[in-house]
Amino acid sequence: MSANLPLLSLKNITKRYPSVVANDNICLDVHANSIHAVLGENGAGKSTLMKLVYGLIQGDSGEMLWQGQRVQLRNPAAARKLGIGMVFQHFSLFETLSVVENISLTIPGPRHDLSQKIREIGERFQLTVNPDASVHSLSVGERQRVEIIRCLLQDLKLLILDEPTSVLPPQHISALFKALRKLRDSGVAILFISHKLEEIRELCDTATVLRGGKVAGTIDPTITSTQELATLMIGHEVASIQSRSDKPKSEQALLQLESVSVASDDPFGTSLRDINIQVHGGEIVGIAGVSGNGQAELSRLISGEQIDRNLATNAIRMMGQPVTYLGAAQRRALGFAFVPEERLGRGAVPLMSLAQNTLLTTFDKGLLKGGFIQRKKLQSQTDECIQEFDVRCGGVNAVAGSLSGGNLQKFIIGRELMLSPKLLFVAQPTWGVDIGAATAIRQRLLNLRDSGIAVLIVSEELEELFEITDRLHVINSGNLSPSLNTADVTPNDIGEYMIGQSPGSKQETRHAV
Amino acid sequence: MPFKLQRREHASRLMLIAAPLSAVVLSTIVCSGLLFILNKPVGQTLYSFFIAPFENFYSITEVFLKFGPLLLIAQALAVGFRAKVWNIGAEGQMIVGAIAASSVPVYFVDSTSDWLLPAMIILGALGGMAWAAIAAFLKTRFNANEILVTLMLTSIALQLLYYLLLGPWKDPMGFNFPQTVMFQNEALFEPLFSGVRLNTSIAIPIIFTIVIWLFMERHFGGFKLVVGGLAPQAATYAGFSAKKAVWVSLLLAGFAAGLAGMSEVAGPIGQLQRSVTSGYGYSAIIVAYLGALNPLGIVFAAFFLAVLQIGGDVALVSANLPISAVHVFQGLLLIFYLAVYTLVHYQFKPIRSASLSATSDHVT
Repeated sequence: MSANLPLLSLKNITKRYPSVVANDNICLDVHANSIHAVLGENGAGKSTLMKLVYGLIQGDSGEMLWQGQRVQLRNPAAARKLGIGMVFQHFSLFETLSVVENISLTIPGPRHDLSQKIREIGERFQLTVNPDASVHSLSVGERQRVEIIRCLLQDLKLLILDEPTSVLPPQHISALFKALRKLRDSGVAILFISHKLEEIRELCDTATVLRGGKVAGTIDPTITSTQELATLMIGHEVASIQSRSDKPKSEQALLQLESVSVASDDPFGTSLRDINIQVHGGEIVGIAGVSGNGQAELSRLISGEQIDRNLATNAIRMMGQPVTYLGAAQRRALGFAFVPEERLGRGAVPLMSLAQNTLLTTFDKGLLKGGFIQRKKLQSQTDECIQEFDVRCGGVNAVAGSLSGGNLQKFIIGRELMLSPKLLFVAQPTWGVDIGAATAIRQRLLNLRDSGIAVLIVSEELEELFEITDRLHVINSGNLSPSLNTADVTPNDIGEYMIGQSPGSKQETRHAV
Repeated sequence: MPFKLQRREHASRLMLIAAPLSAVVLSTIVCSGLLFILNKPVGQTLYSFFIAPFENFYSITEVFLKFGPLLLIAQALAVGFRAKVWNIGAEGQMIVGAIAASSVPVYFVDSTSDWLLPAMIILGALGGMAWAAIAAFLKTRFNANEILVTLMLTSIALQLLYYLLLGPWKDPMGFNFPQTVMFQNEALFEPLFSGVRLNTSIAIPIIFTIVIWLFMERHFGGFKLVVGGLAPQAATYAGFSAKKAVWVSLLLAGFAAGLAGMSEVAGPIGQLQRSVTSGYGYSAIIVAYLGALNPLGIVFAAFFLAVLQIGGDVALVSANLPISAVHVFQGLLLIFYLAVYTLVHYQFKPIRSASLSATSDHVT
């Protein structure tokens, strides 16, 4: 193969969905021996494009050349046959099987030989993993390695990685990058999907930036600044966030969890162990950690969606009152508001209108008269929320399911803020939200703090937590780290807590109230 | 050209109305085919089904007589179905309602009190609710599947009915027939016109329909049920109790089915006997779905099924059809409706032969 002939070449690929053109005339060349970033905000069309390349979906027009020849991939099996492998954000491994058993489900050959090959590949690319270990005992980073090894075992020429770092703590990210560079040097082409600018600049040789389903530009990330990349990605400059204020915190903790331990019913769920949290009015407290370490369980316990009768009466308190046995609506009546991680199906009913979704949590705010819905009032209140929070939608009667992720998040946050809470709990505030909206949401959370509200945030985005929180906890396998002053810790410290080692050498880290 | 089903962005209003209509047309076509194969007179049968019920005043009142209980039960079932509470035992709740109501004239054979009928109404409603409450309790306490429980409770209710009719409640002067005494006039609803069976109890389903419409479309209680059915996690998030939804759905159905049973014994039948339900409890499920679980839609669906039942009775005689022919027609209706209903949320899209022509095998 000649050096300038691209391994994969996409020419004018277009993919339409009923409401949106996900990919619009996309052209993209991927060369062997290179790491090629596909960069873009949520909804820019990255995932659609990768699914096209992997044969999961078919394009409406355009053509795909593989080593110079036209191909049409009807399914992933055809893609794998060519030497294309893909690692998804959500791994497809059976937790109860061992590594080699999982791999032998798709790769033929005796187990013993496979184990041998897994070890060899592990050593060669620094992707070490024990072939006989059960998958449920592996860390997220190790599971990712298993997925990559599985691709490597089938004569891999192109590896697609979908947001591979979003699930990893910082320490594992650098290990992954080392392995990826070795892979590249061995001749494999890598398509690296991400929206994190820094890591693309660190790792990738070429970057194609997608915006609104179109190619906004193809650039060399090593010589392009983060600011330029961001501008290319969102189409305008990013507003910066106003820094911390030094306003005093409230005397009383508005949220207090004391020695909360809850055993999980689910064998793959996480048991919470001796959780202690205090959130005062006028501060933002963040909970960092890789997802699946007890965040979901903790959220349900705080929101009142799950009530544990084994806990002490005083285990959970809000605004000074014990709420351990109170349901979600009763906690809301005390001045608590909650924005859950899942927007569709939990934070909002997909098939109901925005007005009806407003009613979901704000019914107590004068919207009912003798149990009957005050429809005019509901409409105007919904409209107010849409206006104030700049929710792009088809009006108060648009169904929640028709909104984009970011707009729905703005709507839900807006709805919860209209309750004028004293205590606000937000899970993944900017997950799936574009940069512009994310900045607006973060700024609003800061303003809320400055107005004396207690804010608790669960987030997987370390940068976000460092940007807006005053104090941090890290959750790992259901254990919560002590409170850390955000200003006194580094991402690396947090990373060590994430993988379960408290930073021994960092004793000087001041533990806040 | 191959087709695929693609989800619509918005539910199609056109299809929402077209679905029940095309279900009617399709089942009529298939039914005619079956009749033709069976060598029955197709034209005459269809005439009996659709025209005969409107031929004279008496037939029309009979249509409305069937319309009442179908409407009453279907409205309540639809509420439960929207909350995803699958009560398919309205039949049993109807039987127990009829039994409870009948206890009054059975034990006060000689009474001529004005309170007979009100007492029967109250007992009928309570009887149905009590039977449904068993399923609600087992569901909320032990998470017992309500489909199985309500269905099995129907069998139990039937046995209870047989026991009473063959034992303690049998009419001593009834030549050993399994039925109670004929009820006194004070225990019966007044006929609306002389010489017809249609009676004042028709007011119950009509008032009930208005109440249900208000409850589902305007009241927060109905909203909570619908949220629970559409997105259970959102209901938990909002703090709506899932257990309450089960209780409300089942008690409401028990209430309506019990009243329906009561108005049968205190209406056209005039006593308690084995065939007290005429299968209304099951037909109402079809009515609820054919009416798209919508209070207004159910009014039309109930009327249509009532016509079909009267028409079926006529066809039994005029075309010498077995009763199962009516059941086949009803069954076809539901199946076609559910099939066509898919198109409310989905549409057919041709799979375009894309311009990417070569296959991957071409290369390897």
